[in-house]
Amino acid sequence: MTTMMGLINLEHEHDFLKELTYFRCGAATPFAGRYRLIDFTISNMAKSSISEIAIFTKSKYRSLIEHLGSGADWDLNKRHGGLFILPPHWEDPTDISKGDLRHFRNNWDYFDRSKSNYVLISGSQFISNMLYRDLFHHHLKSGADVTMLTTKYDRLLPEHDSCLKVEVDEAGVVEDITNDLKNPHVFSGVYVLRKALLLELIEDCIANHKTHFFLDGIKANLARLNVHSYNYQGYSAVVNSIDSYYRENLALLENKNYQQLFPTGDPVFTKISNQAPTQYKGTAKVAKSLIATGGVIEGDVEKSILFRGVHVSTDAVVKNSIIMPHCKIEAGAHLENVILDKDVTVTKDQVLKGAKEQPFVIAKRKTV
Amino acid sequence: MKKECVTMLLAGGAGKRLGLLTRNLAKPAVPFGGRYRIIDFALSNCLNSHMYTVGVLTQYSPLKLHQHIGVGKPWDLDRMEDGLTILSPYTETSGGNWYLGTADSITKNINFIEQYDPNYLIVLSGDHIYHMDYNELLNQHKEKQADVTISALEVPWKETSRFGILNTTDDLRIYEFEEKPTSAKNNLASMGIYIFNWDILKQYLEADSTNESSNHDFGQDILPAMILDHRKLYAYKFEGYWKDVGTIESYWEAHMDLLRENLHLSLNNRNWRTYSHDSNFAPQLIGENAVIHHSLINNGCIISGNIDHSVLFENVHIGDGSVIIKSILLPGARVGDNVLLERVIVQENVTIPNNTRIVAHPDEDPVVLSNDNIAYVSLGEED
Repeated sequence: MTTMMGLINLEHEHDFLKELTYFRCGAATPFAGRYRLIDFTISNMAKSSISEIAIFTKSKYRSLIEHLGSGADWDLNKRHGGLFILPPHWEDPTDISKGDLRHFRNNWDYFDRSKSNYVLISGSQFISNMLYRDLFHHHLKSGADVTMLTTKYDRLLPEHDSCLKVEVDEAGVVEDITNDLKNPHVFSGVYVLRKALLLELIEDCIANHKTHFFLDGIKANLARLNVHSYNYQGYSAVVNSIDSYYRENLALLENKNYQQLFPTGDPVFTKISNQAPTQYKGTAKVAKSLIATGGVIEGDVEKSILFRGVHVSTDAVVKNSIIMPHCKIEAGAHLENVILDKDVTVTKDQVLKGAKEQPFVIAKRKTV
Repeated sequence: MKKECVTMLLAGGAGKRLGLLTRNLAKPAVPFGGRYRIIDFALSNCLNSHMYTVGVLTQYSPLKLHQHIGVGKPWDLDRMEDGLTILSPYTETSGGNWYLGTADSITKNINFIEQYDPNYLIVLSGDHIYHMDYNELLNQHKEKQADVTISALEVPWKETSRFGILNTTDDLRIYEFEEKPTSAKNNLASMGIYIFNWDILKQYLEADSTNESSNHDFGQDILPAMILDHRKLYAYKFEGYWKDVGTIESYWEAHMDLLRENLHLSLNNRNWRTYSHDSNFAPQLIGENAVIHHSLINNGCIISGNIDHSVLFENVHIGDGSVIIKSILLPGARVGDNVLLERVIVQENVTIPNNTRIVAHPDEDPVVLSNDNIAYVSLGEED
């Protein structure tokens, strides 16, 4: 059977979320009420019969490791395959590789041991609920060397500026990879290639003192490689800034967006935490909100996202806000345009307001 | 390998009085409390009480029950040494038969129990809603040097005729067991939770198995025989919430209990959690015009309309202008627009069309809706 193995490469992802990424990497940032950003990519891989997934981490990976554990919640703790979290630690004095190439070089055993002949590589910032299997079949059928997952956005947003764009011909062959701010054909960061080609390109990059596998190994070799684009037009989002994080979370309060990202029968997997159903008390007033389990709601919640185990007391108001797990909002408090990280307590009658374009972020475990 | 204590969980009953809810499902597998199945409470108690050697006795319609329990993973009962074992009726060279009664199901699994050479055997029911530390029961059993300890609950005197009543002396020694007495002498009701000294129980089980007139039942045969022999039977007084969800009315009531402010059982108790499977639905989406009071709602629900005193399991959709009062909606229920439901239990994956009105009278049992009876029930209510 022709199979692919997975790699989530976090080396070049910046910790873009200010207070939210002081102590965790971007991939481990909570998203959409019960997930972390990386869940979407891992779930897409797991659902596409990818049974071994490696993660190249750069720094602040403690919460990522805690979240993923053995991979059991994605069915990755099996005899065949598994989840390999690979932190950046290596002591080979002869090693001359740089950037993400150091990860490839020092972790080549992971690729070498696998029976899979193809590798699907991704970051964690492209949010979608899709089957990478379709991309893989397209790749096999077209005979391309590399197939890039792209999507066309009707409206380009600031978060797309830092994404690469592709120019393709009618047959889907990628003619150019650019930073063109006006090109709507955005590269998702997901691509698939043969393992043997991956090794060849890595060795070439290392020998030439390169630092970035995709830019130096693929983009720079576009002329000699047969690179295709596979266009996906399902629901997706790019989350790489506070602005896009806040906006894409709140976008899920729209029923049509929610039902596209979370269609019934097509789950996104995440760490299981055994919370009771959400309790709505007699004084609760909730409208247009996304609410996870384990919470107790006695106050007023509007256009907000409540993660697991959040308590909103009587007469408290939460509006246009994202409240992470186990926060306590005491009686009479008023929150508007606020992001609370985990375990924050907002004391009685406290008022916190951010601007609509710039939400007020409160770091983990604070009492305000 | 020796274990001090082996726990046997009786989960084979048909639960006939739950009507449609148990038509294709063992009673312990009936969904409960917005995300659980009834048996989760007993299994979570086992984990929280560190009782790790558990046999689950199944018989009636066990498919869903077996799938749910699996190897016991949600309750940490998938263990290297002991853990959870599903014990179904079996045949062997000398023949075989169904479990003929509660005691018979234990007798047929003496080999399972003897592997662990236990001092004590705990017998539990898989169909009760409660949080309980079985160690407290075990400790009292040891202190009193009892042969049997039965967990019991003080019930209102007017309800004594519905229970098995334990008549005890002041130090809780049981001298008489009365099944559903018309004029009770005590209000201490048996919860169907027993702890036995295994060597003594084994003698009684072996004697009972050859007694052709026996029903092979703990309440009817084993315990009366022990009392007759002046064995040391003690009651253990349980304080807390306990409910046998044996009928549709009590199943519905137990859900309404969960919505009470001062209930002595909290699903949010971090020190005594109730564990179950998770179906990986996204958080619930509450619509712009939704009004929700006194309710429990699980993941994957999409809610418009008005929800009051109701429990919604995962993946339930409620349409615009619908009003849901004192109702229980099991996973996958789809409620259209402008529907009125009051005192209704909607079964899994039932679709309720727009403008349906179903109201169960307070004096009647709550209505249980299935895909088969929905057309008939809603028509009947329309005039």
